[in-house]
Amino acid sequence: MARRGRARHSGTAPTPETETGPATPTPVIQIRRLTKAYGHGDATVHALRGPDDPETGLPAGVSLDIDEGDFVAVMGSSGSGKSTLMNILGCLDVPTAGRYLLDGIDVGHLDEQQLSLVRNRKIGFIFQSFNLVPRTSALAQVELPLAYAGVRAAERRKRALAALSLVGLSQRAGHKPNELSGGQQQRVAVARALVTAPAMLLADEPTGNLDSHSTEEVLQIIDGLNATGRTVVLITHEDEVAMHAKRVLRLVDGKVISDVRQGPVVGPPPVLAAQLRQRAANGELIGGRQ
Amino acid sequence: MIFWQIIRFALGGLAANKVRSALTMLGVLIGVASVILLLAVGNGSSVAVKNSITSLGTNSLTVSSGASFGGSRSAATTKKLTVADAKALADPTAAPDIKSVAPVVSTSATAIYGDISYTPGSILGTYPAYFETANEKIAKGDYFSADDVLNSRKVAVIGSTTATQLFNTDDPVGKTISLGGTPFTVVGVLQTKGGSTGFSDPDDVVIAPLPTVQNAFTGFSSVSQILVQATSADTTTQAQAEITQVLMGTHSLTDPTKLDFRVSNQASLLTARESTTQTFTVLLGAVAAISLLVGGIGITNIMLVTVTERTREIGIRKALGAPKAVILGQFLTESTLLSVLGAGLGVGVGLFGAHFKVVGIVPVVIPSSVLGSFAIAVAIGLFFGSYPANRAASLRPIDALRHE
Repeated sequence: MARRGRARHSGTAPTPETETGPATPTPVIQIRRLTKAYGHGDATVHALRGPDDPETGLPAGVSLDIDEGDFVAVMGSSGSGKSTLMNILGCLDVPTAGRYLLDGIDVGHLDEQQLSLVRNRKIGFIFQSFNLVPRTSALAQVELPLAYAGVRAAERRKRALAALSLVGLSQRAGHKPNELSGGQQQRVAVARALVTAPAMLLADEPTGNLDSHSTEEVLQIIDGLNATGRTVVLITHEDEVAMHAKRVLRLVDGKVISDVRQGPVVGPPPVLAAQLRQRAANGELIGGRQ
Repeated sequence: MIFWQIIRFALGGLAANKVRSALTMLGVLIGVASVILLLAVGNGSSVAVKNSITSLGTNSLTVSSGASFGGSRSAATTKKLTVADAKALADPTAAPDIKSVAPVVSTSATAIYGDISYTPGSILGTYPAYFETANEKIAKGDYFSADDVLNSRKVAVIGSTTATQLFNTDDPVGKTISLGGTPFTVVGVLQTKGGSTGFSDPDDVVIAPLPTVQNAFTGFSSVSQILVQATSADTTTQAQAEITQVLMGTHSLTDPTKLDFRVSNQASLLTARESTTQTFTVLLGAVAAISLLVGGIGITNIMLVTVTERTREIGIRKALGAPKAVILGQFLTESTLLSVLGAGLGVGVGLFGAHFKVVGIVPVVIPSSVLGSFAIAVAIGLFFGSYPANRAASLRPIDALRHE
């Protein structure tokens, strides 16, 4: 990781420097001195601790900024705290200490009702195990977050169909989860995550249960979404998946040990950018022949 | 969140486990149906009692032997009722409000016709006035006459049940039956009164002239009852006073609190019988209510299982931004739908079952019991469903998602 250079401990420099253009993206996620501990007393385990405070020796917590339009991969082995970070970012879990601002809102001060609103409007989840609602057609799955948001039926249907066609499943709208392959289920989950146009997509090992072909499909969709400006936070332990991200964070024992930028915040993510360049080159080649 | 959306989610949830939902509904169904049906049976028996008492005639009074309620019951001072008492009551100067008097003796014996042997419910010996007083109408043949009584003729009028038992479809009029060895000629068959109380059938009876029955069975010492008809329904109270007055004279009694006979009218009979059937109805209702309660607990049980089973689904829905109220609403709607559907079917089964005779009683459905049991079942669904629903709604999304 360090070999890629420019590794940086979090907490020291909240905003990674942007390498392109004068545009300064606003951070969609700002976390400050965030810790999460389980258990009490001597048995306390810090799933998220950050560097130790030099004065007190206590965990100082993780601080991190994620810009709008960025594509961040969080890597780490199991037990490194990446799932805990993901749950906190997704407002599914509450931190023990620290501040978390999502799209400018301090999530720590919200009650249950407001949190469900935030989950509905600001966050789109993609889980490793797909987590589709059983016995529900793909269309109804995708409509579900809109239904909770109170969108009217006709509008809901229109937007759900649009989201399904974006992931290439408009022909499968009436199928139930048990009638879809793993890759198709995950694409339904992606459609469901993006249908509300959330501030960020949170993907927890989205390709962990998929074969290489489906993995490629799902990552391509996520790349495409990011290219259109959607912020993506992706958790993985596979380097091939992390390759797609513009920025890679590595967690060990609840600390961010490296923070590598692989591509500019603005523009298509690295793999897609390479493909586009390749295609453009081929196009020129063909054009040249004629 | 739109109401229909919640209903659709709930129906989907119920459809996912059809057998389980059907069995839970069956619990509520049985509860509601049994409340409706058992109350209808109780009510039916009380209606039957009422009918059989009013069919006796509204202005008839029954004098029977024995101390009145609350009076002393000393055997030494008790004089039996006799034909002489009846004759004294028939005196129009002493008792101007009495229209007719019929002393009644009752006994039982086996009736034989051809090779058929049957024991009627009761054999009564009385005067022709009995028929009008007791509101007995003739269907075939004729009543026996005062002449038959005077001459102690061996004739009899039989009830419709007795006629069917002995003669089946034959015409009994003119046939001779043997009652305890004495031959009686059947002169008439009574109209079916119906209104069986489940204890005795008013149509299972043989009525013969008083002296004939006394001669053949009971002897001439006393009669069991004296049936008195007042001149009108309004004069029954005066007639009752007159009966007491006259019989105190013939029995040489001075203390009106220590009578050795009692006079009962329809009202007192009605209240006595009604209070019995009321108790009966309340008991039946209590049993049914318990089964309804058990049905409600069944709902809680199955909803708890459902919530546990669908914890992960709840987690997904919460992650997608379902507010607490929507989750609560979904599970509450599911349990309420279970109880509403169960109760609706129960009402159907109860009303259908009320078309059949239950242990000889024709059930009479009480409309308020239908509404009441339906409403209670729905309330039970809400009440017993609220605990599991609340549990589902208060799950933390992270715990629900991690649930295996």
